[in-house]
Amino acid sequence: MAEIVTSPPLHENVKALRKTALNATHRQHKASMVDFGGWDMPVTYAGLIAEHMAVRTGVGLFDVSHMGDIQFRGPGSLAAVNQLCMNDASRLQVGQAHYSAMLQPDGTFVDDVVVHKLSENDYLIVINAGTREKDIQWVRKQVGHMPGVHINDFSDYYTQLAIQGPKAEATLQKLTDTDLSVIKNYWFTWGKVCGLYNVMIARTGYTGEDGFEIYIPSDEPTSGRVWGEVLAAGAEFGIMPCGLGSRNTLRLEAAMALYGHEISDTLNVFEANLGRYAKLDKPSFVGREALLEVQNTGGPKKKLVGLEMIERGIGRDGYPVLSLTGEKIGEITSGSPAPFLKKNIAMAYVPIEYSAVDGEVAIEIRGQAVKAKVVALPFYKRPKKTA
Amino acid sequence: MAYPAAYKYTKEHEWISVDGTVGTIGITDYAQNSLGDIVFVELPKIGDKLEAHATFGSVESVKAVSDLYSPVSGTVTEINESLTASPEVINTDANTTWLLKIELTDPAELDSLLSSTDYDTFTAEETGH
Repeated sequence: MAEIVTSPPLHENVKALRKTALNATHRQHKASMVDFGGWDMPVTYAGLIAEHMAVRTGVGLFDVSHMGDIQFRGPGSLAAVNQLCMNDASRLQVGQAHYSAMLQPDGTFVDDVVVHKLSENDYLIVINAGTREKDIQWVRKQVGHMPGVHINDFSDYYTQLAIQGPKAEATLQKLTDTDLSVIKNYWFTWGKVCGLYNVMIARTGYTGEDGFEIYIPSDEPTSGRVWGEVLAAGAEFGIMPCGLGSRNTLRLEAAMALYGHEISDTLNVFEANLGRYAKLDKPSFVGREALLEVQNTGGPKKKLVGLEMIERGIGRDGYPVLSLTGEKIGEITSGSPAPFLKKNIAMAYVPIEYSAVDGEVAIEIRGQAVKAKVVALPFYKRPKKTA
Repeated sequence: MAYPAAYKYTKEHEWISVDGTVGTIGITDYAQNSLGDIVFVELPKIGDKLEAHATFGSVESVKAVSDLYSPVSGTVTEINESLTASPEVINTDANTTWLLKIELTDPAELDSLLSSTDYDTFTAEETGH
């Protein structure tokens, strides 16, 4: 048996792990805890497959407080956000959010983010946990000098809970008077939740399901109480507390990018299939010139594709992708069994000529070439709501 | 968790139960619990020769992959074929779900393996409990 390799990768050499306000609660729930980007986080509670299925068919609850939150406030905030991020924040209305990314000048990623327009002149961007410090330094360096903007790191002020799945609305609705049915996907509002005033309630998430992310004060008693109340409210729907293991398999089935896997500081926006979020008609943003250059020189040379194993075997993160003649053409960025689809799936970067759907490649699994085929992304798309 | 006293154990988390010169090999409850939901087991063929402490296959859960190491040297005489279709039974009962049987080359190799109490102490140290 020897070493047990887990995905997402563990970060070593971290002296003191950071803890969310729910750390003790996770341990009470008998979660297995792992070092995730320097954070002591639950990877699974009762079982990864059961948690994954709960989110696809009922509802699941995640602690995502390790994510970072940066607020931009003041008359210069829109200009700052727009210079920093590739999507166009001027298209957002108050109460609306969108997917975006901060780019390096060469068009590769600093991080992917979700930008929320809180009010006129007030934006909140949610950043990844593992890149928090790097991101905040980058933000200050790029736009800290711009006039009329105050940048605040609010990461430690909130416990962020994600309630995800087809029964997420029914679960959360029991805990708030705010009519959740009128909140559209990627919109948010403020309301009273579990007796707490002014809770931000966003219809966002990272699982491919309908769901909500709520932001509550990060003190331990409040966080633990709300966690318990959400679980009680969802009990009739079979709610399960969920860890990073199912978060990863859920987002992989939905083909959502993960920093350090599908996106990084060596891959550009077009290669990652995220070109639709890059608003090149904006006069200026960090990375724009590089993206224009890629566009004007015939587009990207490689592309992120979905793979489904044809032969028996599981392609894992980092495994080589081969042509059928045995030449190495790429590498898996994320690969795993897909618990809901019951297939072994992966995402990988391959040269454009290998990226057509239904094309065949091989994955090198411990020295063996195992056949896989290119499939359309996402692997999983949630069914449309029926009334 | 109780580890059967009649078995011997490796630090790589396999168990072996010996009857005469035939050894039956599985993975421990600690191993199945660390791996989580097991979805795939790759085993050698009947007739393959295994060497003590060398890898002979792998077991995969949704989140992880881990090599299997043979506790002792020997020749594979039987494979638990039912694991191809339902590898998850290892999660249900690791102590009785066997992977393969081997004809031992050198039964004296068993002496270097851990007893159930040694293994219990070893895993307790690994998890820091």
